[in-house]
Amino acid sequence: MEENQKEKDIFTLGGHEFTSRFILGSGKYSLDLIKAAVEYAGAQIITLALRRATLGSIDNILDYIPEGVTLLPNTSGARNAEEAVRIARLAREVGCGDFIKIEVVHDSKYLLPDNYETIKATEVLAKEGFVVMPYMYPDLNAARDLANAGAAAIMPLGAPIGTNKGLRTRDFIQILVDEIDLPVIVDAGIGRPSQACEAMEMGCAAVMANTAIATAGDIPAMAGAFKKAIEAGRTAYLSGLGRVQEGATASSPLTGFLAD
Amino acid sequence: MTDNIINAKYITRETNHMEYQPGMEVPPGDIMEQVLAARAGYDETKYTAKDVERALAADGLTTEDFGALLSPAAAPYLEQMAARAREETRKHFGNSVMMFTPCYIANYCENYCIYCGFNCHNKIRRAKLTMEEVEKEFSAIAKTGLKEILILTGESRNMSPVDYIGEACKIARKYFTVIGIEIYPLNSDEYHYLHECGVDYVTVFQETYNPDKYETLHLGGHKRIFPYRLNAQERALMGGMRGVGFAALLGLDDFRRDAFATGTHAYLLQKKYPHAEIAFSCPRLRPIINNDKINPKDVHETQLLQIICAYRLFMPFASITISTREREGFRNGVIGIAATKISAGVSTGIGEHIEEGESKGDPQFIISDGRSVDEVRDAILAQGLQPVFSDYIYAG
Repeated sequence: MEENQKEKDIFTLGGHEFTSRFILGSGKYSLDLIKAAVEYAGAQIITLALRRATLGSIDNILDYIPEGVTLLPNTSGARNAEEAVRIARLAREVGCGDFIKIEVVHDSKYLLPDNYETIKATEVLAKEGFVVMPYMYPDLNAARDLANAGAAAIMPLGAPIGTNKGLRTRDFIQILVDEIDLPVIVDAGIGRPSQACEAMEMGCAAVMANTAIATAGDIPAMAGAFKKAIEAGRTAYLSGLGRVQEGATASSPLTGFLAD
Repeated sequence: MTDNIINAKYITRETNHMEYQPGMEVPPGDIMEQVLAARAGYDETKYTAKDVERALAADGLTTEDFGALLSPAAAPYLEQMAARAREETRKHFGNSVMMFTPCYIANYCENYCIYCGFNCHNKIRRAKLTMEEVEKEFSAIAKTGLKEILILTGESRNMSPVDYIGEACKIARKYFTVIGIEIYPLNSDEYHYLHECGVDYVTVFQETYNPDKYETLHLGGHKRIFPYRLNAQERALMGGMRGVGFAALLGLDDFRRDAFATGTHAYLLQKKYPHAEIAFSCPRLRPIINNDKINPKDVHETQLLQIICAYRLFMPFASITISTREREGFRNGVIGIAATKISAGVSTGIGEHIEEGESKGDPQFIISDGRSVDEVRDAILAQGLQPVFSDYIYAG
């Protein structure tokens, strides 16, 4: 990759351009820390659970989000496509913009996304002009359906939400990165900066983290650590990772006997 | 909607408490039988320190692990249990602590439960709010900033019928984003009606899961019918409710067995209805009006915390509510460990949010933590936690 291209490493999402590849969750810590976290993270996109934000308090939350940061409302709480669509429309009505992260969950134990309902909601909302970012279980067929339904990106989970277990679905996310012509954003399960870095090295377009930062001892400092890790992983990916080989290379090659 | 449930006055101490009465809906399956079998098979003496250590190291607890954590063998491990519970709570809920307040709109009751301040033979002032008063009450609560309300009544189908409660819930929707109810058990069509009125959460206290003990405590009224009460959560889910709450009134019977049955009940229902959001309450007996003979110390704070931590580790995703039955210091401590929902600005009388100290009807129990919404919010913030007023959008 040319040097000048690296400098202009733009992340495009639904026609919008970003230079940060770190999407910050906001749902699990206090408002006064959000501002500091956004700044330390250098984040340009921040999620917002609409169910946490009642009409009266949206202005309040916006007050804490620095100017120029894009709000990504999510449909958490939706149990099916119909509810997700309703929450998305409500988000737009109350002034959260056109970005929507679809979360459809009807399993209270593992909080795993329902790909089938998510595809249905994506189809409806993409037609209504939303920039649809579906949270999904990393399944290639579902990812293709989401792409066909008009998703702007796909957001596969690395591990069950809140577990901080890292890239347990690594191989399947890699398949999505290789096969799907949309930004792949790892969402859920990322617990450490090193795991975020690994996702970026794999070619993911961005990483989203919430619990890992919310439960850190020093929230802004951890946000900063993630920022650096994501940048390092991205640079490594763009640079072309060096080879990793199992075992040593023999000094007397097996094919050394060949004469011509 | 159901209109043929037998009048409560015909259910007396002569009535077989294990037999469904006319009009009471029976849900399919055998959840109750499984819960009772689990309770009967629970032997607190069989667990050793090794079992407790295995449970504490496990990633995802079995019911056996849960049993170990509730046993006396776990008592010396309370500090470790608290640390593990805190870890799980933070993973699943971050720093969030949900705030709500209960609101009693009526205290008429047709049950005769010998330990309860509302029971029909206790001479207390009875009242129910008119819809005008309900609106005033809700409006006063909403001014404190709260967005979640738990609407309660005494258990009287005659004096506070389902449509009365439904009308109150419709008013509540104007002021709140999350509405729960804690009323007498209903049939699934009635739960469906209340869901359409805006209700999403149903809490029913089973009091004790020991049917024999239950019979001796509940001498009359619908509540005497043990299976109708135990299966209320399942009917609520069948009626479309989003979440259900469980509780045993700890101290009524063997609290370890009752806690084990409570957790098992929730576990089995969530398995059958995977979308169901699960909540636990952890009430202990409190002193009541006109009866000072009950010893509220049967379950000490140490045991209560052990139970709360066991619930958390068994079902890390469940909501755990800590009520004003407990004192301020305990409540502050437990939200830092395992509880995720706390009430504030509580009064258990009828109409007390409008006229402080001048309620229309007497309270069910005396509270130990009278802090206002602002005071509780500040206490949450002081621990570096995040008070959350709304955690839900009613999407039908």
